[in-house]
This record gives sequence, C-alpha cells and structure tokens, in this order.
Amino acid sequence: MSAIAIRDVRKTYGKTEVIHGVSLDIEDGEFIVIVGPSGCGKSTLLRMVAGLETITAGTIDIGGRVVNQLEPRERDIAMVFQNYALYPHMSVYNNMAYGLKIAGFSKADIQARVEKAAAMLQLQDFLDRKPRQLSGGQRQRVAMGRAVVRDPAVFLFDEPLSNLDAKLRVQMRLEIKRLQQSVGTTALYVTHDQVEAMTLADRLVVMHDGIAEQIDTPLAVYERPATTFVAGFIGSPAMNMLPAEACGADGLKLANGEIVKPSEAPLPEAGRQVTLGVRPEHLEPASESAAELMLEVSAVETLGADTLAHGHLIGVSNGDGELVARLPGNAKVNAGDRLPLAIEPGMAHLFDAESGKRLGKDASGARPFRSKASASAEA
Amino acid sequence: MEKRVSFNNRALPYLLLFPQLAVTAVFFFWPAGQALYQSFLRPDPFGLSARFVGLENFRYILTDPLYLQSFATTAIFTSLVTFVAMAVALFLAAMADQVIKGSGVYRTLIVWPYAVAPAVAGVMWMFMLQPSIGVIAFYMKQLGITWNPLLDGQDAMLLVVLASAWKQVSYNFLFFLAGMQAVPRSLIEAAAIDGAGRWRRFWTIIFPLLSPTTFFLLVINIVYAFFETFGVIHTMTSGGPGRATTTLVYKVYADGFVGQDLGSSAAQSVILMVVVSVLTVIQFRYIERRVHY
Repeated sequence: MSAIAIRDVRKTYGKTEVIHGVSLDIEDGEFIVIVGPSGCGKSTLLRMVAGLETITAGTIDIGGRVVNQLEPRERDIAMVFQNYALYPHMSVYNNMAYGLKIAGFSKADIQARVEKAAAMLQLQDFLDRKPRQLSGGQRQRVAMGRAVVRDPAVFLFDEPLSNLDAKLRVQMRLEIKRLQQSVGTTALYVTHDQVEAMTLADRLVVMHDGIAEQIDTPLAVYERPATTFVAGFIGSPAMNMLPAEACGADGLKLANGEIVKPSEAPLPEAGRQVTLGVRPEHLEPASESAAELMLEVSAVETLGADTLAHGHLIGVSNGDGELVARLPGNAKVNAGDRLPLAIEPGMAHLFDAESGKRLGKDASGARPFRSKASASAEA
Repeated sequence: MEKRVSFNNRALPYLLLFPQLAVTAVFFFWPAGQALYQSFLRPDPFGLSARFVGLENFRYILTDPLYLQSFATTAIFTSLVTFVAMAVALFLAAMADQVIKGSGVYRTLIVWPYAVAPAVAGVMWMFMLQPSIGVIAFYMKQLGITWNPLLDGQDAMLLVVLASAWKQVSYNFLFFLAGMQAVPRSLIEAAAIDGAGRWRRFWTIIFPLLSPTTFFLLVINIVYAFFETFGVIHTMTSGGPGRATTTLVYKVYADGFVGQDLGSSAAQSVILMVVVSVLTVIQFRYIERRVHY
C-alpha cells in the first residue's frame, strides 16, 4: 500500500507533446479514476506509472521512491488490461501463479495465495481451465485475481470493463469497488465511461488534451466543474452551454437578446463574454411570467423516470441556443411546444467564454457541504 | 459453420477441379505409379528387357549395409539442418522483433537466401569453404584449424548442413517473425509487470505461443532436408567423401542414374514415399492435438 506522487509529468512522442505536465497526489488506499475522451492521454499516463512508457519529463514517485528509471517489475504494481491479457496457454491457476513463481514464493505459499484470491473472486471451480474456456466476466475476474495475489503497492486498471456487456459491467464495477475496499490497495483506474468514473472514484481526474482539467471528488466535479470541458463531459445529458454577454448588475444577455439573472451568482463585469452553463436536470418548468428561458421543443425523449425535452431558445436557431431540459417522467410536453423554464436557484454555472475557466470561486452550484478531499485539492 | 456451395450443373464442379487433378495425376500419381511398378522389376544390364522379381529389390536394399548407413546419414543430416535452420531463424526473429527502424530493409535482406537456387548456394559456400580455393578455408588454415571436407566425412557433413540450413533460415525467419508479431503486446506487458525479464518472457510466453508456427516449420524443414537439399549436396560433395553425405535422396539418384540400377533406385523411392507419408501423418496428427491452446 502506498501513496503515489506524480509531479509535472510530461510525455512527448517525437516532437508532439501528448501530456502537458500532470501533477497528482494520491493518498494511500485511495481509488483514483482518470476519465476523459479517447486520445486525452489518460492511458499514456497510466502506462507511465506502470513503466510501460518512458517518462519524458517530471517524476513519478510510488511509496516514497522515484520510479522513473525502474522496470515495471521493480515498481511493485499490478495491472489489469482492457483485453485482460491472460496467458492463453496457461490454466487459470498458472495465470495467477505466474508472477508469484517469478518472485520466488514457495509452492505452498503460491497455492495458498492463489486459492485465497480464487475464493474472493469465486474462481475456485475454474482453476484448471484455460482462459478460452471462460466467459468474459470470468476472464475479467482472473485478470483481477492475477493482480490481487501479488499484493502489490498499487493496482492499475486500464479500461478493464470496456469489453464487457452493459449488465456485466455494472456487476463487475461493484466487484472492483468491493475488492479494492477489502484489500485497501491504492488504485489508479482509467476509463472513458463517466458512470464508472463517478461510481468508483474517491477522487476523479478529468483529463482533456493531455491536461488534468480538474482533480476532485466526483460530487465536487459534478457540482463545480472547473472548465466548460469538464462541465460538458461529466453529467448526462451534457450541461447546456449558452453564450452570453455580461451586462453588469442586470444579468446576462443571451444570444436572443433576453436578459437572464441567475440568482446568487456574482455577476462578471459588464461587457465580458461568458458561457452560462445549466444542467438539464436543473431546469424546471415555470409559469410564463417567471420563465428565465423559453424553449421551443423540437424533440421529446420519454425515458420513464424522466422526460428529456430537446429544443432551442426561442429566437436562436443556430447551435448557440440548443438546450435540453430534464423534466419529470409524467411531464406533458410535445414537439413544437413553447416551454417556459426557470433555472433552479444556485444551479447556474458561469465560465469565461475564451478560456473556458469557471468564473468566481464558488460562484454557483456549491452546496454548503464540501468534502475534505475537495477542500484540500483546491487549496 | 462450413458453407456449402451447390452447383446447378453437375459437370461444372468436375470441370473446375479438372486442371488441378490433371496436374496431380500427371506429375505425381503417374511417376509414383511408375516407381512402384519399377520397384518390382529388374532390368538387364543393357536396359532392353525387365524381369518381375517381386519384393527382391526391397529385400536387397534393406539388407544392404550401405543403404542402412545412408538412412543414418539422412537422420543426422535432417536433424542438424532442421535444428540449425530453426534455431538461427528463431534467434534472428527474436532480435528483429524488437527492431523498429529499418525493419523493412532488414527483412528484405534476410529473405534473399531463399531466392538463391540450391546449386548456386552450394557453389557459393564452396567458394568460401573449399580447402584449396575457399576464402574462409584459407584463413582457417592460417589459424591452424584442420579443415578438409574433401577428405574428412565430418567436415563434409558440416559443410552441407551449413549450406542447407543457411538457405532455409530466411523462410523460417519470416514465419517466426510473423508469429512473434502476432503475440499481443499486452501479454508481454502483463508478463513484464508480473516480474518476468526478457529471457523469461521469451521462453514462458512468446515461445509457447509460437508452438503452431514451430510445429509447422518442423514439418516443412524436415521435408526440406529430406528432399530439397539434393542440389546443395550434389554441387558440394557429390555424396562423398566415401559416402559421408549420401542421403537417401542422393542415393536414389546415384544408384539409379549413375549406377543404372533402376530396380533398386525405384524401391528406394517407394520407401522414401512411405517414410514421408508416415512422417507427415504423425506430425500433423500431433499438431492437430497439441497446438490449439
């Protein structure tokens, strides 16, 4: 068990820098999820921690030891791969025992460890089988077993669930979480799936184009996204982004000329170009007179629990006015309707239009409650 | 899952198969039948008539110490050629597998020997190792190494093994390299994380996963050493000195075309056919069972 310190790590392929200085402190036993779209550098970062990619600049420290120059085997890590990477010619038992044999454990010791891991993962009945005789979920468990038996300092997961079907994925997600909590090993988990990220993580690292845009608890990332990218990436359907111009104390002027005044939000100085972000779930139907936004509904998706109303701001037909509202499941909305909406108090987000950065420290969306981890991450 | 094609015209499938069947019949079944027929006959010294002798030819060669010696020679020769050709190719492929820059050029260069005719390969090796004109032989003499494949049977064997194996290395190399590149990278990475060093990764992960390739090449190389090394042996040693490099195939040629003993030569061919059939059946059976992991 160990803490990891990643200090201004960069990765360059030829002349292209793909990771532009990521720093991250991971506490002992913490479950960190790195999430981002494909090509954002999340897997590369993980592979640098594993020692499968060289570190161009910066340092990675595992348990107080800088590992930049160490071979993967000297780093005391275990990794679960996306395609499981089970040795096809070895039985399940030998797959799990491989690393232990190399480490020079005694036969009895190996057997005890493998059996313990197999029991934990319900693999006892499959120890003699070859990987090809197993289902996807079982293979996934063998891959985890192989990581667990060695009792490493760090678990690394590289999109381990993306080859599984949706139902199994939910189940394995819980198993991974349970497993990590029971052994208490520090874990670094890479995924592009925001649901996996939100549910598994103690803290999230949202990566985009080789930069860690935000590092915080899942709830803090959801409530106070640091950039428009994070705001759009976390949350489904994605946050509505409306370009607006600040008009001093009056509020914000939207693309259709209407003025919105988000409550509680300290307004930026007049003339500044901003982006007003509102999550679909924070838009609620209002009376015509109390409406802040008028939505012209173009399509309705009925999901049972919720109803999604897609459309655009009245008077803005280009992309700038696109809007989604998540309404209660029994809401009566039809395509073509004009839907008056209000923003839930305190749930508007303001971003600088140019940099995409969040405006005002706790400008909006912040609930009184703040977790310790998010407070320290911000300090 | 086999997809069967059905033809409306009953004659069409036969017509489509005809060219291949004709080639097989004319160039394989006919000569093989001829050999089988000849093996029961003994021609007179002038080749004007032939007399049916039953299994007499077989009885004769199977009790002939020279023939049995040739069997042993072939076994040694084949094992050495197969082992050397495969081991060298495996080593080169393992090295080349890690090359990123210039791998295309390297691969092209290493494939060249395969395009060299066996007789030309034999002559080329003679230029290097023939005791009186060979370049390498000259320096070996300077170093005081005794080397005379014209007189010493073991030297001669070494020479033909070298030349034969050299020609086959490129073929084996290509297959081994393709096999290695088909091993998923993540397996190697998983093994590296599991603590295995290079050497260990190769022998516990890569090599076992190459077993289909290895078994395939084993068959190909044995058949190669048996049958396709005639040119090399003929140009370099002509089966000598003594009979040190007379393999079964070379003996078929020497007895039949040089010694004019067609009956014995035909009987030897038949035995070779049987040997190869058995060898192939055993190996493919074994492969079927073994290589699917």
